[in-house]
Amino acid sequence: MRKPKTIIEKIWEKHIVHHEEGKPDLLYIDLHLVHEVTSPQAFEGLRINNRKVRRPDRTFATMDHNVPTIHRNVIKDEVSKTQMETLKANCEEFGVPLADIHHPDQGIVHVIGPELGLTQPGKTIVCGDSHTSTHGAFGALAFGIGTSEVEHVLATQTIWQQKPKTLNVKVNGKLGTGVTAKDLILAIIGKFGVKFGTGYVIEYTGEAIRDLSMEGRMTVCNMSIEAGARAGLISPDDTTVEFLRGKRHVPNGQEFEQLAEEWKALATDEGAIYDEQVEIDADEIEPQVTWGTNPGMCIPVSANVPTVDDANHDNEREEITRALEYMGLEGGEPISSVEIEHVFIGSCTNSRLADLRRASEIVKGHKVNPNVRAIVVPGSHSVKAQAEKEGIDLIFKNAGFEWRDAGCSMCLAMNDDVVPEGERCASTSNRNFEGRQGTGARTHLVSPEMAAAAAIKGHFVDVRHLSIPTPS
Amino acid sequence: MEPIRKHEGLVYPLNRANIDTDQIIPKQFLKRISRQGFGQFVFYNWRFDSKGELRNDFSLNQPKYQGTSILVAGENFGCGSSREHAPWALQDYGFRVIIAPSYADIFYNNCTKNGILPVKLTEEEVQTLINNAEADQYHVTVDLEVKKVYDNQGFEASFDLDDYKREMLLNGWDEIAVTLTHEGKISQFEQANG
Repeated sequence: MRKPKTIIEKIWEKHIVHHEEGKPDLLYIDLHLVHEVTSPQAFEGLRINNRKVRRPDRTFATMDHNVPTIHRNVIKDEVSKTQMETLKANCEEFGVPLADIHHPDQGIVHVIGPELGLTQPGKTIVCGDSHTSTHGAFGALAFGIGTSEVEHVLATQTIWQQKPKTLNVKVNGKLGTGVTAKDLILAIIGKFGVKFGTGYVIEYTGEAIRDLSMEGRMTVCNMSIEAGARAGLISPDDTTVEFLRGKRHVPNGQEFEQLAEEWKALATDEGAIYDEQVEIDADEIEPQVTWGTNPGMCIPVSANVPTVDDANHDNEREEITRALEYMGLEGGEPISSVEIEHVFIGSCTNSRLADLRRASEIVKGHKVNPNVRAIVVPGSHSVKAQAEKEGIDLIFKNAGFEWRDAGCSMCLAMNDDVVPEGERCASTSNRNFEGRQGTGARTHLVSPEMAAAAAIKGHFVDVRHLSIPTPS
Repeated sequence: MEPIRKHEGLVYPLNRANIDTDQIIPKQFLKRISRQGFGQFVFYNWRFDSKGELRNDFSLNQPKYQGTSILVAGENFGCGSSREHAPWALQDYGFRVIIAPSYADIFYNNCTKNGILPVKLTEEEVQTLINNAEADQYHVTVDLEVKKVYDNQGFEASFDLDDYKREMLLNGWDEIAVTLTHEGKISQFEQANG
């Protein structure tokens, strides 16, 4: 009988171009996504060495990190403008398809890949961005790379990779009402730490994972990198197939049905062995809020902020002290008592239509707290257009949210969407590092629902027990 | 890239775990389109105050660490964003070697593509180096040929690095040129797989 295999091994084996004992494998890359920030030096390298892009047809570029989300026609920041113009010129010179700032396909690279059907099960996908792990939601082996590797993939359509170890994160049971994929992945990182996935590719399995929509799966896989794993994936099933049906870059009709069967056959075989396995019970998970300066520093919304006395050793003591100081917290206070000045709904973690729909349900009929500035940044042009068709924009705008154009925006504040020093933001993004949303800015990571509720209340609140009197 | 075989240098100890690449180089400096000139921005928010003045309370600014070329830090160094601007900034500032108990995968790879040697030692060994470098000006030698770190006071530790990365670093090879020697196999793969 054939040895049962994980999906990770199956994809790996299908993409080996060259194998030599004791060396990394040379892997073929099916799809290379490119954006303006991590590509200019790679294209420059090609030019210096008189090299071409080997497969422009397997390469797709967009602008997301730097783009303004308001007044698109006037880019005030000259350096940002140069970076965007450089990408445009590079794509023209090397024949790479580009969805530029005004293109209807423009959006955050990890939102548009799946939206266009470029992302498909079984593919190897890379991008000069650590959140490339997002595409693993489709059962693709997708990981972030540095700019030297971007240049390497542009030139050769391959990459040298040490075969990773495999890690099964099994999520038992069901998530409770009001508990989302974001809470799940935060709880996983909170429980196992910010480096438990280093050196591994994670496969997420279990009932709670199967129950997730594709949007939810993308949220989970997106944050694999915050657990140290370059890639995290989920075996394809009917949910995957139905999401991809009818997408622009997938075939139609009988060809699609046949492909769908091939995709589902990629799923991890019964009895396959992982190098490591951890488990978590979904029904124990509450809505999460991060209190500190890495995504592992998170607690249930009902909990109190930790104090230095919660530390297990000296280094952790120092870490907690530094984090509390940076975050302007005492330690010991209920996280729900912490007041915020900003709310950001967006990013490659939580800016898809389903995220905006759910957040808008919380917001409907209410007003943003007068002490809060709240913005919604859809993940793509297409998400924005669809949301407007459904009237979701009006719900947010009527409540006092700003409704913006697509981009990475306040997740990393490379454009003008910055949280001022010392101010506090409830954010649906993925990193609460020092200075991430602006120098001295204080970030609390939450789900879109929790962010929406915080916008209205002005502080964190458990969405499961939300009773917001509708204004008469 | 510049080969690295044996490097002797002044150690700078940064006794923190989980230093992310947002700290190594904040996002406002990622808009440049060249690889050069990032050293001035390394650890920017730690080195400079909000007025852009050097902060006395950040140890890298102390006179005794000027001219350092070996950075010793806590576990999970370089986590977070894939930005290669982080190793570019460290290198441009003068670091040729980093020593830590563990690294984030992408950052670790990025270092080896740029002629920076990322050395993994045990927690205890790293702590010894940190203590020595905090106490006084402290020099060590890192020898990639024999995969050892040592000082002239009896400290010696071995480290591991896979042969492929070691060869690349020792020789400073252009990886793309190496890969293109497999051009035939790449074409074959493409013909077989469409």
